[in-house]
Amino acid sequence: MKKLTLLAVTSAMVAGTPAMADLVFPDLSYRTGAYAAGGIPFSDGYQDYFALLNARDGGIGGVEARVVECETAYNTERGVECYESTRDEGALVYQPLSTGITYQLIPRATADGIPLHTMGYGRTSAANGDVFSHVFNYPANYWDAASVIVNQLLEENDGSLEGQTIALLYHNSAYGREPIRTLEELSAMHGFELTQLAVDHPGQEQGNQWLQIRRERPDYVVMWGWGVMNQVAIQEAINTRYPMENFIGNWWAGADHDVESAGADAAGYRSLNMNRLGDMPVFAEIQEMVIDAGLNAGDGSNLGNVLYTRGMYAAMLAAEAAAMAQEIHGVADIDASMMRDGMEALNITNARMEELGMPGIGPEFSVSCENHGGSGMAIMQQWDGSQWVTLTDFIAPDDSVIDPLVAEDSAQYATENGIESQCGES
Amino acid sequence: MFYREAGDFKTSYSEDSQTFPILFDRYRYYFVLVVGALVIPFVLNDYWANSILIPFLIYAIAAIGLNILTGYCGQVSLGTGGFMAVGAYTSYKLMTAFPGLDMISVTLLSGVMTAMVGVAFGLPSLRIKGFYLAVATLAAQFFLVWLFNKVPWFYNYSASGQISAPERDFFYFINVPVTGPNAESWAKYLFCFLFVFVLAWVARNLTRGSVGRQWMAIRDMDIAAEIIGVNPLKAKLTAFAVSSFYVGIAGALLFTVYLGAAEVGEAYGITKSFLVLFMIIIGGLGSIFGSFAGAAFMVLLPVVLKVLLVDTFGMDTALSAHFQFVIVGGLIMFFLIVEPHGLARLWALAKEKLRLWPFPH
Repeated sequence: MKKLTLLAVTSAMVAGTPAMADLVFPDLSYRTGAYAAGGIPFSDGYQDYFALLNARDGGIGGVEARVVECETAYNTERGVECYESTRDEGALVYQPLSTGITYQLIPRATADGIPLHTMGYGRTSAANGDVFSHVFNYPANYWDAASVIVNQLLEENDGSLEGQTIALLYHNSAYGREPIRTLEELSAMHGFELTQLAVDHPGQEQGNQWLQIRRERPDYVVMWGWGVMNQVAIQEAINTRYPMENFIGNWWAGADHDVESAGADAAGYRSLNMNRLGDMPVFAEIQEMVIDAGLNAGDGSNLGNVLYTRGMYAAMLAAEAAAMAQEIHGVADIDASMMRDGMEALNITNARMEELGMPGIGPEFSVSCENHGGSGMAIMQQWDGSQWVTLTDFIAPDDSVIDPLVAEDSAQYATENGIESQCGES
Repeated sequence: MFYREAGDFKTSYSEDSQTFPILFDRYRYYFVLVVGALVIPFVLNDYWANSILIPFLIYAIAAIGLNILTGYCGQVSLGTGGFMAVGAYTSYKLMTAFPGLDMISVTLLSGVMTAMVGVAFGLPSLRIKGFYLAVATLAAQFFLVWLFNKVPWFYNYSASGQISAPERDFFYFINVPVTGPNAESWAKYLFCFLFVFVLAWVARNLTRGSVGRQWMAIRDMDIAAEIIGVNPLKAKLTAFAVSSFYVGIAGALLFTVYLGAAEVGEAYGITKSFLVLFMIIIGGLGSIFGSFAGAAFMVLLPVVLKVLLVDTFGMDTALSAHFQFVIVGGLIMFFLIVEPHGLARLWALAKEKLRLWPFPH
């Protein structure tokens, strides 16, 4: 049958990748679809940093890093296919850059013993390492982000948001819904009123939501958007004449491409960021050893922008964890379970970031068996019409609100799935 | 030559009207069944199971379901994704509310629930036809997705609105998990294979019997069908019920066995409706084999393209993803223009030629 021969042909092609001593970092990227604008720079940064390590240091601990790219188009089924097809190459850690794909992969990767690093996205309660043994979401998660925004607003309003209204404009998916619980808690605590405005995938249709904002004039609009939704929202805010200073995005709603189309009109728009921007020495090295050498993943034009920096930061955290794993186990060619140990023992200090040529790119934090979530700190940045400028230092979230929520949600997951405590004895 | 009918005598009416009248076809069918049920489970690896065979089997069920409605009964539907979501959410609610329930019962009950919802949305088909019905079913698609997003009861009030499948067994005395992360590939595969086999067999016989003849009469000319005594109410609503039953089972399996976790807008959005529609267009309207061919084609194409373009030719992943759109789009146009009956018709033509070979007319 035609079908069977086709199957046979593909199986012959799938099989047979030579096993070499290298460290495999799969990159589940998306360079197509409605979210490509965010996926491309992140993936470029992620891959270029490993290319830099290979070119400059000969890899990590003397072993070459190999990035296997797989296109998911932000689609969960394609993401699962990518996971299955790259897993057997000796994948060390997955970074899906999609909350939907993360939810699919959490049980699978845990069963396979491969760690997931979902930096600032994915399942928030995975910060509880006692339940989620193979999922890491350091340095910060969505609930931290929600709390950081509220903390910043509290500071601007002399410690009280009593009687204010905050509208949450969110992508109507698992990603966008994540902060709602926290914001509801915070709204009860600080006395502000929370309005929820959902925007359906992919996010171009926002007319109704902005009509409501125009009518109700909330004091602040907080946006949980991604992809094309951000650009549309910023343009709508300009059309509505909403004061841009009071329009605040989370860290996935504050990249260069989100505001560049609106340009100077969007000046004043603020967003969170978990990584600092600026002219770091590492960029010069990437320019020289990767881009000028033609080893870059993309076209090289994204170097240094918000999401490129974040991708590079993610790669740095992965590389540091791999080095830590090599140190713990005394082997250069580590496997996924060793990588997990390395991630759990990760300790990022300012001195180390300075040494790597990216001073202060992220907060200082350390990971433990119980805490996979990092410090949860983030900065606030502002678009001045031509570039992003850093407004604040790292702001801490209110752990007294987030910790019980994490404990509650992860406990529910643990009972649903019969997971026992991972950190109890040791 | 390949289809030698000499010596293959039929001595009764039932033999004459069997599904595979040619001996060779029959043997090939048994061969595929034996390989599918007894060989593949033993040689299956995770990649093949999770990336190719399980999605193929699940989409084959969905394609058969849509083919019953659109291909056999002529009622155009764009609500497939929404009905699949009904199956998925029913099975989620059943799995979490009744932890002791086995997966066969859960899946069948999900199908029954979807059949009821499908009949409700099929009611307008008595008044409206063709393009207008397509829009009505499109409304069902958007309404159902909106509903599952809007009402937290459906996703058990979880923070993110995701549903995830807990571990459940095959059948009440077969204690092999088919859902959850610890389910073995062969168990998941066999579970889907069982459903595909039974459902395809039932569908084939339904479409050959009086119910199927009524559907086809309605499809070909509904007024004439009514004059010769076909009850349009009964014919259309049974088509909606049976079709939704199949689609619901496919949606349930997609969530429980294949994905393990799902988000309604992403997993069961309008693109899913189009995907299944493309399957039956490319595979062949009004053909059970066409449903399989179309599902295999649409599941395999991205994988083949990826292997061919990215792994073999070293092409950029983004470029190959764009190529896929071009190729699928081109093929849909090709089939609509050149062979509206799809791969199944091409296959049937090839068989006709082989029966006459080497003496064509």
